[in-house]
Amino acid sequence: MNKKRSGIFISVVVILLGIGYLIFGKFGENLVYFFTPSEVVVLSPDYHKKKIRVAGMVVAESVKMTPNTLQMRFSLTDGKETILVDYEGIPPDLFKEGQGAVVEGFWDADRTFHSKMIMAKHSEDYMPIEMKEAGVVLPKKDLLKTLQVQ
Amino acid sequence: MSPIESLVTVMHKLIKILRRFEEKIGFCAALFIFAGLYMGLIASPPDYYQGEVVRIMYVHVPFAKCALLAYTTLFLGSLFYLWKKDPVVDNLCHAAAGVGVFFTLVALVTGSIWAKPTWNTWWTWDPRLVSFAILLLILIGYVMLRALIDDPRKEATYAAVLAIIGFIDLPIVYFSVEWWRTLHQPMSISVRGISISPEIRTPLILMSIGMSLLFIYMLAIRTQMLYLRHLLEAKQGGLLSEPERRLRDDLS
Repeated sequence: MNKKRSGIFISVVVILLGIGYLIFGKFGENLVYFFTPSEVVVLSPDYHKKKIRVAGMVVAESVKMTPNTLQMRFSLTDGKETILVDYEGIPPDLFKEGQGAVVEGFWDADRTFHSKMIMAKHSEDYMPIEMKEAGVVLPKKDLLKTLQVQ
Repeated sequence: MSPIESLVTVMHKLIKILRRFEEKIGFCAALFIFAGLYMGLIASPPDYYQGEVVRIMYVHVPFAKCALLAYTTLFLGSLFYLWKKDPVVDNLCHAAAGVGVFFTLVALVTGSIWAKPTWNTWWTWDPRLVSFAILLLILIGYVMLRALIDDPRKEATYAAVLAIIGFIDLPIVYFSVEWWRTLHQPMSISVRGISISPEIRTPLILMSIGMSLLFIYMLAIRTQMLYLRHLLEAKQGGLLSEPERRLRDDLS
């Protein structure tokens, strides 16, 4: 009985530490889950060595692949500012021009964002392809608006 | 009336109601889930943007909603327990927490499976994901706290207090996608309107109803199970407090 109780006690402590870590460590830091391009362009140089996330819309016709490499470049915008992203890797299937994307990487002194990780941000509207082609627009939060500073 | 007798009369009424309807509830749950799965996996069209992957939503969203439903039940039950000290409500809370662990865990796993093909990651430190993981830890902590305390009355009271404190995480989970910047998409059904077309909405609603019924069914079964265990312990003297039990053991 005593062995069982101390085992459970340790588990409870571990869980409490886990909750504490999530709340005070990662969670607090991630209340700003990503920056917007407008915020990135005025970031202090202290951030140059830090891994950050930036979200925006992929500017239409801005994606340029370098042939025979995994290099590609594209522009990310929040409607006010546009930044250039230098990406190395295979982009995800849902990464498309005119859609939302979150890139993880480093904002450098060369005023380019260097990334090896792209996450696609999709909106909360769901409909069949035919409806989309017919031009139906469902009420949703504008993806650009979700990027604005509150 | 002794505490055990009054316990039995209160419980008998509730257990009778649960027992009378549980099979019907379980049958309806199966009906709705099968209809929802057929509609969701076969009859409904793929999404214009996500394609076939959107079908994971028909499982993920109902599980996540039921996880919140389980915690709401636990919260309301805990308030009621602290007010009336009714042991059957305590059993109900204990059952809601156990079932809640299951629903929360499945919602996290299915969410992760959905995230890989859409977002391109299994996990990210997004406010919605983190607050939901905290919900799972609170529920596991609740179940463990109950196992840690021997005195049944103390166990019920401490657990109720923990459940009420932990409730603060629920609005955070629910509104995280509206309050903060997240990778997780905002609510589809909100003051802005409904942003899911009818073809995709129907299986989602069927699955949500079916899953809620399944939750009630599982809750009924588990509450009865815990009640019977409680009754057995009561007969064996488990309802006595620790000093009372020691006294009884010394006397016998």
